[in-house]
Amino acid sequence: MRDKRLTFKKRLHILKHHYRGNKWGPAFSAFHTFLYTPNETTHSGAHVRAADDLKRTMNTVIMALVPVLLFAMFNAGYQYYAAIDAAHGTPRELSVWGNFLTWQNFWIGIKEVLPLVIVSYGVGLLIEFIFAVIKGHEVEEGYLVTGMLVPLIIPIDTPLWMLAVAVAFGVIIGKEVFGGTGMNILNPALTIRAFLFFAYPTWMSGDKVWVHEAVQRAGTPDAISGETILGYLAQNQAHEFTYSVSDMFFGFIPGSVGETSTFLILLGGLYLIFSKIASWRIMLSAVIGALTMGLIFNGIADAGWIAEGSKFYGLMSFTFWKHLIVGGLAFGIVYMATDPVTGAQTNRGKWFYGFFIGLMSVMIRVFNPAYPEGVFLAILLMNVFAPTIDHYVVRANIRKRMRRLKTATILPKAKDEQAEKLKVETI
Amino acid sequence: MSKDIRIKKGLNINLVGAAQPSTSKAVLSNVYAINLLDFHEMAPKMMVKVGAELKAGEPLFYNKNHKEMLFVSPVSGELVEIVRGARRKILTVKILADKTQLRLEHKPLDPEKASGDDIRAYLLKTGCWPFIKQRPYDLIANPLTTPKAIFISGYATAPLAADPDYVLAGKEAELQAAVTALGKLTPGAVHVSVGKKSNSPLTGLSGITLHRVSGPHPAGLVGTQINKIDPINKGELVWTIQPQDLVILGEALIKGVFNPERTIALVGSCVKTPQYYVTRIGAEIATFLYASGVNLDNFRVINGNVLTGSRTKPDGHLGFYNTTVSVIPEGDDYELFGWTRPVFNKISTTRALTFSWLQPNKKYDLNTNTNGEHRAFVVTGQYEKVFPFDIYPMQLLKACMVQDIDEMEQLGLYEVIPEDFSLTEFICISKQPHQKIIREGLDLLHKEIG
Repeated sequence: MRDKRLTFKKRLHILKHHYRGNKWGPAFSAFHTFLYTPNETTHSGAHVRAADDLKRTMNTVIMALVPVLLFAMFNAGYQYYAAIDAAHGTPRELSVWGNFLTWQNFWIGIKEVLPLVIVSYGVGLLIEFIFAVIKGHEVEEGYLVTGMLVPLIIPIDTPLWMLAVAVAFGVIIGKEVFGGTGMNILNPALTIRAFLFFAYPTWMSGDKVWVHEAVQRAGTPDAISGETILGYLAQNQAHEFTYSVSDMFFGFIPGSVGETSTFLILLGGLYLIFSKIASWRIMLSAVIGALTMGLIFNGIADAGWIAEGSKFYGLMSFTFWKHLIVGGLAFGIVYMATDPVTGAQTNRGKWFYGFFIGLMSVMIRVFNPAYPEGVFLAILLMNVFAPTIDHYVVRANIRKRMRRLKTATILPKAKDEQAEKLKVETI
Repeated sequence: MSKDIRIKKGLNINLVGAAQPSTSKAVLSNVYAINLLDFHEMAPKMMVKVGAELKAGEPLFYNKNHKEMLFVSPVSGELVEIVRGARRKILTVKILADKTQLRLEHKPLDPEKASGDDIRAYLLKTGCWPFIKQRPYDLIANPLTTPKAIFISGYATAPLAADPDYVLAGKEAELQAAVTALGKLTPGAVHVSVGKKSNSPLTGLSGITLHRVSGPHPAGLVGTQINKIDPINKGELVWTIQPQDLVILGEALIKGVFNPERTIALVGSCVKTPQYYVTRIGAEIATFLYASGVNLDNFRVINGNVLTGSRTKPDGHLGFYNTTVSVIPEGDDYELFGWTRPVFNKISTTRALTFSWLQPNKKYDLNTNTNGEHRAFVVTGQYEKVFPFDIYPMQLLKACMVQDIDEMEQLGLYEVIPEDFSLTEFICISKQPHQKIIREGLDLLHKEIG
């Protein structure tokens, strides 16, 4: 067995047989298939198969997330130092090479963002492995994407224990109780986000959590601002922030870890559409939905139907297309709404599903009194309605078939005596 | 006067090893075998015992449920073995061929003058009936029923399929006799399809409705064409037959003999000189496989094409319905980081670091590796791109998996047979066994509805 001439590949092959049927088999198999595509050959049906598998699909989404993550790590530091400068009365002038892509900023990212990624993957994959071992099925790849999404959609200073609790909740209640990857009703990453929001509301909302250390410093002479653009707007303080449209688009603004750079999210989204992994129908219709709702609100504000003093005025009068470049809307549309398991599954259904996500996101964002963001609630809501949308789309197809049935030519069957006539003397 | 059908959704799987347009006569096989698994759900009853001497065309067994349906010997010789499986189910019937071939001769039947019932009786007693298949359920046609129409696809788009225009050349008389006879069995039309620019002998036949089909695979599958021409409704029946089998039917009508001779394509990247061979149903594959030569040790022989064929061995026998024998490399090896590294040598419908979209006409040497493990359905919208039916493929598969009869009916299971799902199975990211799921769904529906 321990022959030195054996290659690594052969050793793993021998080990695979050793673990087969064993309760640790799924765990071993997860590592083995990560290293090597299995030597499995086709047994039934088509003898050849296309190149794609679920690992490759999930990996493509992760690759589309990597630029967002790297940017987030720099932005974590940049927002931190910019807030300190602002508190000292010397607002920063952005210079991408001068004060953004610096080691100093990146170090904050390593210290603050990387632990979130590690905890998210660590806790989530541990639970996946435990379930795989208990239930004796393979470790499925769904969590590889979820684990990457979660740290990007939460505030930077989220305590690690809270994240661990939320991930455990999200993976077990959001996914495993339904039967694992492919069976869940709600997007697991958003279930985790929603759990954090509803379980620890004081931590997850407010004007402090969006910039590193803003919470600890609150009330001290070193206090810094941690408010997002949407937060200012919700308080009708549009004049308080000085971010330009370019800042919003490229992402040099405070917010959840990975949601800020619409530019990189757009690139990621285009890559996902190009590689045919994510649905362009959902993305496009969600953008249309968000713009539609934004225009409606702008119209209401312009028509003077709402007083300038109203608490909704700030968000309602916010130029409609800017909704797409602030907050988590772009991130949600590109990476979360397109989850194939929890989204609508029919092509026609995807148009409705996406449109309502966009529409509801902006609506909830404007009307939510507690928290000026709505994309995660809108997607969760539409996750619930996705099967209903599909149901009506599929019914339309069935109705078409039923209508056709009226003109069916059903020909009578000959009587059994006829068989005798057809029979030949040889029998 | 022909009608055009253009299929847009689909995928051509271009593989290395297409047959060159040259035909050799295969050496005669010592032993011929009829594989009973080719006839789904058919319960055979033997009519002769081991040791019996048979002429070509003499009956071997009949269908217990339709005693008039005979299955005949492809050669003259001695019945040497009846291979049985679990519960004494007959799997294979083997015949040792004689040196001099004798044929059972019937009185020829002129299909122009004969009635429908005469033709039925004639096809049943000559052993030609089993070539006619019915939908729904993909079974041998029930001779007591009347189909609303008969469909024949003379356009092959399956990977490395035998070119019907080539193998049918010069068979006009047989084809005409066969379609005239089939026309008497249905009040509806006999729909024949050919490729867009084809000059197949099928185009010159009278008494048919000709369709010119273009587009990627599965445009050539008869199921796709039925769906576009005259889809099947609940309670309706259609019959289908392969054009090569029409030749056997026609010859039986004209000459009064069952002559199961076929021009088959021996194809695949493992074959040194892929080409056509004239052989018979049931012949040992080795009789022509080694004439062309094999260039690899670890290969798989497939009775049929790589998407729908059944696995066999060099000492296996040509199936009853097969016009192609494919030989491709086995893929029982590991690939380091196969899930993430760029792929240039495999076909893919995505562009997730897979580059087959750059060279749509490149020919690929695919092996039998699954390229990943079986998973639950996750990705949506992929099947629809290669599935030209007006049917929701994933919803139908799921209905079959949960055995929901109502859903299966409503979503259109009557219109499909397993081969219609071969392409969605090929591209399936979750590596689900689509054809098996559909087969089991059809079996259940047949059992429950009848």
